[in-house]
Amino acid sequence: MDFLIFQVPMLMVQASLDGILLGILFALIAYGMALQWGVMNIINIAQGDLVILGGYIAYTMYLAGIHPAWGVIVSPIIMYFVGWALYKLVINKVVDRDLFISILATFGIAIVFQQLMNFIFGADVVVAQSEYGTTMLFDNSVTLPNSKIFSAFISLVYAIALVVYMKKSRLGRAIRATAQNARAAKILGVDTEKVYAATFGINAALCGIAGALISITLTLHPYVGLPYTVRSFMIVIVAGLGNLPAVAISGMGLGLFEEFADYILGTEFRIGAVFMLLVFILVYRRFKLSKKREYLK
Amino acid sequence: MEKMKQKDLILYSGLIILGLAAPYLFSAFKVQLTYLCVLIVLAMTWNLQGGEMGYNSFGNILFYGLGMYLTASVQVGMFFPLAEWTESGGEKTFVHTTAQYFQGIGVGLLVAAIIPALVAGAIGYAILGLRGHYFAICTLGLGIAAGEIAGGIEIIGAGQGFTTPPFPAEIVDPEARGKFFYFTSFIVLVLAFIFVKYIYGSRFRLILNAIRDNEDKAEAMGIQTMKYKIVGWMVSAFFCGLAGGIMGGLIGYIDSTDVAFDGREMGVFMVLMAILGGKGTLWGPIIGATLFHFFKEGLWTFILGWQYVALGVLIVVIVIYFPEGLMGWLREKYPERFGEVIDEKDRKSQVELK
Repeated sequence: MDFLIFQVPMLMVQASLDGILLGILFALIAYGMALQWGVMNIINIAQGDLVILGGYIAYTMYLAGIHPAWGVIVSPIIMYFVGWALYKLVINKVVDRDLFISILATFGIAIVFQQLMNFIFGADVVVAQSEYGTTMLFDNSVTLPNSKIFSAFISLVYAIALVVYMKKSRLGRAIRATAQNARAAKILGVDTEKVYAATFGINAALCGIAGALISITLTLHPYVGLPYTVRSFMIVIVAGLGNLPAVAISGMGLGLFEEFADYILGTEFRIGAVFMLLVFILVYRRFKLSKKREYLK
Repeated sequence: MEKMKQKDLILYSGLIILGLAAPYLFSAFKVQLTYLCVLIVLAMTWNLQGGEMGYNSFGNILFYGLGMYLTASVQVGMFFPLAEWTESGGEKTFVHTTAQYFQGIGVGLLVAAIIPALVAGAIGYAILGLRGHYFAICTLGLGIAAGEIAGGIEIIGAGQGFTTPPFPAEIVDPEARGKFFYFTSFIVLVLAFIFVKYIYGSRFRLILNAIRDNEDKAEAMGIQTMKYKIVGWMVSAFFCGLAGGIMGGLIGYIDSTDVAFDGREMGVFMVLMAILGGKGTLWGPIIGATLFHFFKEGLWTFILGWQYVALGVLIVVIVIYFPEGLMGWLREKYPERFGEVIDEKDRKSQVELK
């Protein structure tokens, strides 16, 4: 336990800014999670591993001498097809089935992805240098890497673009219709199979963007996918499906919580704190609902 | 009925004789046999609440890891200061005598069984109120959080791990260590089997099945579902703790995320084994665990490095194509053997309909 943060108030500003910028990134991943959960009724444990894979695409570009920031354009394009292929191979067989089956199946996918990434990119912790420099605030007492500001900005741009796309485009309308009632959509001539594939592809593309941003702001490692899955799951159950402002706000809240937990409990308990928060949120919701004799479903 | 009992008697005595003779017959595979016993115990007790109760837990690894740490801590802490032991790491300044070692591990296993069961009872009321996938994800979170937190606690070795006491050097027989752990795990297996078998013949199982099939209706029928759910989870936790304690002693080294709270291996294995054999049957998890163990030991060495890829693919294939498992498949094929009465006419007409 380290209470340095309460002795140096500037650290609080630091943690808050870090947390909010990070939280916007989490919200982007969570939006993808909410999308597939709402449309296909699938909980994707491999979500975090898709994120890390997207990050490694940007990292590969960095190794090849291209600036990793271009990853936010290249990575989602590649990841869209990865997601689409994944849907055609596995996910289309678990849609409409017990949620536990989708959890286990995507857990299997996650293990495969982790190991393949371990083979291809090695087990080292890597980071792509963006060389954007840092911004100093408040007499140099708060340092803010420009890459974090960049990543939050790009996340917002993509999130807004996606919302507009979902509202205006033909495919977006089809996706929303399928989410509301798959059978009715089918009767009215929507090719739900195509819609599902596109939804999973869009989700993977979102993960790709987030991964590319993570490769320049945080670090990459083949086995750190699961915390991202849990974070996005947590944001979705707090915010509800398809409520974008709430997703953004709870994403930022989670980012804040993490940064403060990092300072107060110590870095070694950071991931543990995230997982414990998940347990606490679920238990809190359970007790709140049980007063009305209902339960989470 | 009398004939049936005789058949059972032959089966069980045969299995027990096989179990007792196994370490002498396959002397070189004692460690693998111990693993097999532990895997069967884990699969069988997971099945009790995953298969029978319908509460698919990813978090039984919590009790397994807890049991592992508790056994080792008690075994060391009974005779020596625990903090100094873990700090010295590999270089041992303290040595257990033979009597101390066995006393320590005996008490340790007892503690490792009781405390996880109590923990399951304590958190059960909060966690078991969640249903379906929320329960699955919550327990997944619990298991991983436990690993991460254990990796930050200094007194049990934190990130550098915890070396469990080595087998007493005074016993010169090189076979003794393997035999000791094998027979301990075999006794636990027999106890677990007797207990689970007893549950299968009791009202308790019917209640668990009622909870699985429709919890609201079960509640409406006046069953206090929460009470039974907690007891079901406590039984699982009890045996998971014991299994963990034995594995800790056998492996000789406890790491927070790679050995104890190893959600990526043991945590998935127990679910997979139960599903492979068939959820909700007595023999399914046992057959599933045995098959899985043979598959794992046979294949792991040939595809070194690719084993996790194979494991992941195996999970996907089993879950998508055989969600009912081996026993479910057999049941579909030979329903008469499972005591189901089939109307031949009805069956034929169904086939024609297809």
